[in-house]
Amino acid sequence: MRAVTDLEKRQDRSPVPSAFEYASAPESRDIVRLEESYGLFVGGEWVEPHSGEHQASVSPRDEEPLAAVAYADAEDVDVAVRAARDAYANGWSELAPSERAKYLYRIARILQERSREFAVLESLDGGKPIRESRDVDLPLAAAHFFYYAGWADKLEYAFPNRTPRPVGVAGQVIPWNFPLLMLSWKVAPALAAGNTVVLKPAETTPLTALLFCDVLRQAELPPGVVNIVTGDGRAGAELVKHPDVDKIAFTGSTEVGKEIQRAIAGTGKRLTLELGGKAANIIFDDAPLDQAVEGIVNGIYFNQGHVCCAGSRLFVQESVYEEVVAKLKRRMGTLRLGDPLDKNTDVGAINSEQQLERIRELVETGEEEGAEIYQPPCRLPEKGWWFPPTVFTNVAQSYRIAQEEIFGPVLSVLTFRTPDEAVEKANNTPYGLSAGIWTEKGSRILSMAQRLRAGVVWANTYNRFDPASPFGGYKESGFGREGGLHGLAPYLEFDE
Amino acid sequence: MSRLPVTKTYKLYLGGAFPRSESGRTYEVEGANVALASRKDLRDAVRAARGAFPKWAGLTAYNRGQVLYRVAEMMEGRRAQFAELTGGESEVDEAIDRWVWYAGWADKLAQVLGSSNPVAGPYFNFTVPEPTGVVGIVAPDEPPLAGLVSRLAPAIVGGNAAVVVASERRPLAAVTLAEALATADVPGGVVNVLTGRKRELCTVLASHMDVNAVDLTGADDDVAELERLAADNVKRVVRNGEGQSPWHAAAFLELKTVWHPIGV
Repeated sequence: MRAVTDLEKRQDRSPVPSAFEYASAPESRDIVRLEESYGLFVGGEWVEPHSGEHQASVSPRDEEPLAAVAYADAEDVDVAVRAARDAYANGWSELAPSERAKYLYRIARILQERSREFAVLESLDGGKPIRESRDVDLPLAAAHFFYYAGWADKLEYAFPNRTPRPVGVAGQVIPWNFPLLMLSWKVAPALAAGNTVVLKPAETTPLTALLFCDVLRQAELPPGVVNIVTGDGRAGAELVKHPDVDKIAFTGSTEVGKEIQRAIAGTGKRLTLELGGKAANIIFDDAPLDQAVEGIVNGIYFNQGHVCCAGSRLFVQESVYEEVVAKLKRRMGTLRLGDPLDKNTDVGAINSEQQLERIRELVETGEEEGAEIYQPPCRLPEKGWWFPPTVFTNVAQSYRIAQEEIFGPVLSVLTFRTPDEAVEKANNTPYGLSAGIWTEKGSRILSMAQRLRAGVVWANTYNRFDPASPFGGYKESGFGREGGLHGLAPYLEFDE
Repeated sequence: MSRLPVTKTYKLYLGGAFPRSESGRTYEVEGANVALASRKDLRDAVRAARGAFPKWAGLTAYNRGQVLYRVAEMMEGRRAQFAELTGGESEVDEAIDRWVWYAGWADKLAQVLGSSNPVAGPYFNFTVPEPTGVVGIVAPDEPPLAGLVSRLAPAIVGGNAAVVVASERRPLAAVTLAEALATADVPGGVVNVLTGRKRELCTVLASHMDVNAVDLTGADDDVAELERLAADNVKRVVRNGEGQSPWHAAAFLELKTVWHPIGV
């Protein structure tokens, strides 16, 4: 068992007085039937990894090993890329686009049909609340396939006069925060555009991608069109540098994104990167404050803050600072942390021990540098990896907690007086993925939206996603867009 | 008595002025002495570009279009001079017409590249292109004028500021282009032109943390190294741009998506 940190000792473990006590309402996990061990999904078949190496995928809620998962090496990745190339050259690239569309529609429908099963497995493997995997991850994943299915046979309307053609084999590497949803963001546009895929799921959350292989078989997708190779960063690196991969799509940390950009320098491979963020969520004094507080909470505590576009820097106009912070703390007291499979749970488990360490380390620097920490009373389960919703006030822009992506349920509150100051401070970061604005004044929304250097701006809302809406960053948050018409372009070649 | 011609000193174009290299160095090329820019000159050029960027990006697209058209007007008046420094009149005409073509794109890019997005919920959602910031351009050697204009015009039409490393072998057309830009109401610092050694300047350009994108069309065999350096701050990289296309302009634009709830 892990040691209890000072931080946790200081926490109030008594029952939360302000919140109702709910009886637990656990979602049954019986719907998920896991194999003991999984191979790699290559050429439509399960194959054992060349090295024979397997490691358990562990549930963050209680550290229970769920299934043994294969670790691919260079040889396995090579076999998968060959399978993808073979499928591309012998059938998939010549298939009528309208037929491609129908495969994607099938996948969307099967995901809808099996959504409960996937949602439970997502929460088991990744630790996110079932309420989120059920109401956000799964509906959006299915919607992505449905949306891009419709584009498959309409590409010449999306890109008039450009004669769009598929790129070839796409190598895709995805993160652990929205495992199946990130898979669908990658796979759906790639297939709609006529490419084949080798996808590497995150090391700590491979199971829904492996279950997805079953969906592919159910949909009778031709073998080799989608190949799933599990493993750690080594498998991802092998995929990125494989000479027969035409296009790389990566979602993950800025650090790894830079490594990938360096690794493919000079090769002519196409690349899209969706990297980290440190989003500003800006509250003006005329904002509807109760609504804004809901937006702040959703912005940072959604998915335990494991969100690249999380609103992790809150900027509050000075005149409403006290009020906003008081409301925020009160609202934080009603957040229910606990079993991800409990339908009442708002904040689930931290995805991995490594991530928990990273959050703890950064939170400690926040205290050392002089910020004031607040955590509502909440009991952390004995087993598993947990971190309570946390807010820092008294934060200077130079503190690490205001500069670095924490990727956890930790909010830093800063203040401003004028819109100019808010823009200056909000843009004072190497990142530029997303931003939030809360004000009742329409012209101010538009001027702020224009001046914030971020790829997605939410005004009077936060953390909204839709397959029709392009998503991606400015600056060191990456380049290229996923979603919408713009999300097709990275998977196409054009005449020009 | 015959008149002694006034010869031109080929200098840098930096922040709207024509200074010599701070290093005082020159090199001989195309029968002239040309400024040999230093790494400090390049860093100064990036600062000038960053300083000029907000105002240029903040102009209306209609206004930027007129400024680009004005460049074509200024070049037309110097047609003979440009012809001497390039492959001849056809190259000059191509370069001039390219400015005219891109001038017309200024207030059309957002319509062609942007979108209104039909999301499944009560939200107004749209996507607009915005300039990425400072763009570094390594100009191709051939053709010396049309090659540079083909890379520069799409970079600045959308509101970016540019730092150009001119052709090392054929820099005179680039310096003369700078003179046309300076008289065409292109605000100082929006375009900065450096002449000198590619090997010395390009690594600084590619690794500079305040440059948002690089066009390596004119980079020689060290493209891989420059791309590696560009990853230091996740630069957008254009490897090989030829001809004219709004998608060339798109390569230097970011896409911003804005959501707002629809309600009462």
